[in-house]
Amino acid sequence: MVRTSRSRERRLELSILGVFGGIFLLFIIGSPSVFTRFDIYYSFMSTIPFSGIMALAITLVIVAGEMDLSFPSIMGFSGWAFAKLSNVMIDGGMNPELVIVIAMLACFVTGILGGVLNGTLVVKVRIPSLVATIGTMFFWRGLVNVCGQGYGESLVPLNETVLFKIFVGRLGGLVPAQAIWMLCLGFGFWLLLKRHRFGSHVLIIGDNTESARMMGIRVDRVKFVVFMQMGFFASLAGILASLEVTYLWPSMGEGYLLRTLAAVFVGGTSVFGGVGTIFGTFIGAIIIGSLEGGIVAIGLTGFWTQLIYGLIIVVSLSIWSYFRHKE
Amino acid sequence: MDPAHSNLLVSMVNIRKAFGKVEVLKGVDFNVNHNEIVGLVGDNGAGKSTLIKILTGVHRPNEGDIYFKGERITIHSVERSRELGIETVYQERALSEQQTLWRNIFMGREITTNLGFLKIKDQREETDRILREQMGFTSKAINTDSIVQFLSGGEKQGIAIGRALFFNAELIILDEPTMGLSLAETKKALDFVRNIKHQGKSAIFISHNIYYVYPIADRFVILDRGEIAGEFLKKQISQDELVERMVKLAKTGKMS
Repeated sequence: MVRTSRSRERRLELSILGVFGGIFLLFIIGSPSVFTRFDIYYSFMSTIPFSGIMALAITLVIVAGEMDLSFPSIMGFSGWAFAKLSNVMIDGGMNPELVIVIAMLACFVTGILGGVLNGTLVVKVRIPSLVATIGTMFFWRGLVNVCGQGYGESLVPLNETVLFKIFVGRLGGLVPAQAIWMLCLGFGFWLLLKRHRFGSHVLIIGDNTESARMMGIRVDRVKFVVFMQMGFFASLAGILASLEVTYLWPSMGEGYLLRTLAAVFVGGTSVFGGVGTIFGTFIGAIIIGSLEGGIVAIGLTGFWTQLIYGLIIVVSLSIWSYFRHKE
Repeated sequence: MDPAHSNLLVSMVNIRKAFGKVEVLKGVDFNVNHNEIVGLVGDNGAGKSTLIKILTGVHRPNEGDIYFKGERITIHSVERSRELGIETVYQERALSEQQTLWRNIFMGREITTNLGFLKIKDQREETDRILREQMGFTSKAINTDSIVQFLSGGEKQGIAIGRALFFNAELIILDEPTMGLSLAETKKALDFVRNIKHQGKSAIFISHNIYYVYPIADRFVILDRGEIAGEFLKKQISQDELVERMVKLAKTGKMS
């Protein structure tokens, strides 16, 4: 039998599509009145991208054989920096158009710094990433608490700006801009992982760091960049999530960790590194993100959500594991 | 022999290396000629791998000179040795198990556009060419999209050697290329080593098993406790005689 990467990937992607189709079929059968109308999809498109974009970014981290638990906290802190800075500048009488640009850049820098810290701890100080990012997870969340003192920040003054519309506007009044962002980023990440030298290096490092080193791949630099991009996209998610509701909650990001990781693993990426699929993560993020709404629409109470999350995750992981061991 | 004027590809002269107080190499002279396969034989701890690591830039010698194609050089890094055309084929370890052959052949040296995007078509075509022409894989079961983990041990060695040849290695260093392989797989791996000679390149075949080295190598260098214990051309010595001397070396510390 010819065992090729293409046949393996196609099977994985078909399976994840199957799971996706099955779940939406259940939704449609369970609640046709809701799921044959546009509203529910509109709501999915406006909420899923926040964790979806982070799921795309952390797929690279996981494929490289690393882990990052701190991204929801980085999202929280950089989002807070964005909101606080915006309000300080608005109070100072500055033009909102300018304010949002400066605040956005500051937010990105904060996110990238968060990634740099993780990268430094893992690559230079040589702490295993799972452990190092437990530390930075508490650190960044703690920083939001100390700096924000538990107060939220209103972002209403920004909602007439051009950048606001670019981030979370509604395309044709129908499609939330963040959904377009997630779609484009999904394509971008796929290109990066499967069609670019950088992605090739990420795959090889996740597979076997030692052989990557021997073949002259700059392992430390690639890992560093992987953590940096995670920080960057966490900060982007922070901007999108806070602008969407024009308010920053100091608790922003809490609750995203496990769902985001679940999206990646439901999508078929291996926790051991070296193999991963952006397409899987994309669909996985939609599955995880639509479950809660779907469950409630079907008529079950919110108490059921976690149970069904658990079922879906266990079932899809079992399918992937079966495939891997059948080989 | 004057290293600057001869058929020598590599010449290591009076190499000394100590780690702390432990003297691992005590003034070793070691040469490889053009288009020659040298069997470097010795027990564990004889200094084989230290000698090779000096040649590939992993370690620096405390004393001694290295000549490559007649020119005195210093090899300060693995990259430098590779630039010179010295490539090491480690046991399987230098392959990426879960990736395709086309990613493996080009790992670290991808064919890309200016923006770093992979030219996958080119990589696939080159990989296919290496498989069919250079390595003689004919089986339909192996193609450019095959994943390394489903290959046999001998085939993996073949891929690693083929990769080195493709990137124009002049000297390929094989570190125990048959370790852990079955008999049939060993035969396959040895065929790949023979291929190095057919391509006009040189190789150093490191092993502690004389039975694997004998049929392949043109010359044998026996290393023992940091010194050259003996050096034989294949035409000078039979396999049995060589084994006998090795046994004697192990018992008495002398080869003859």
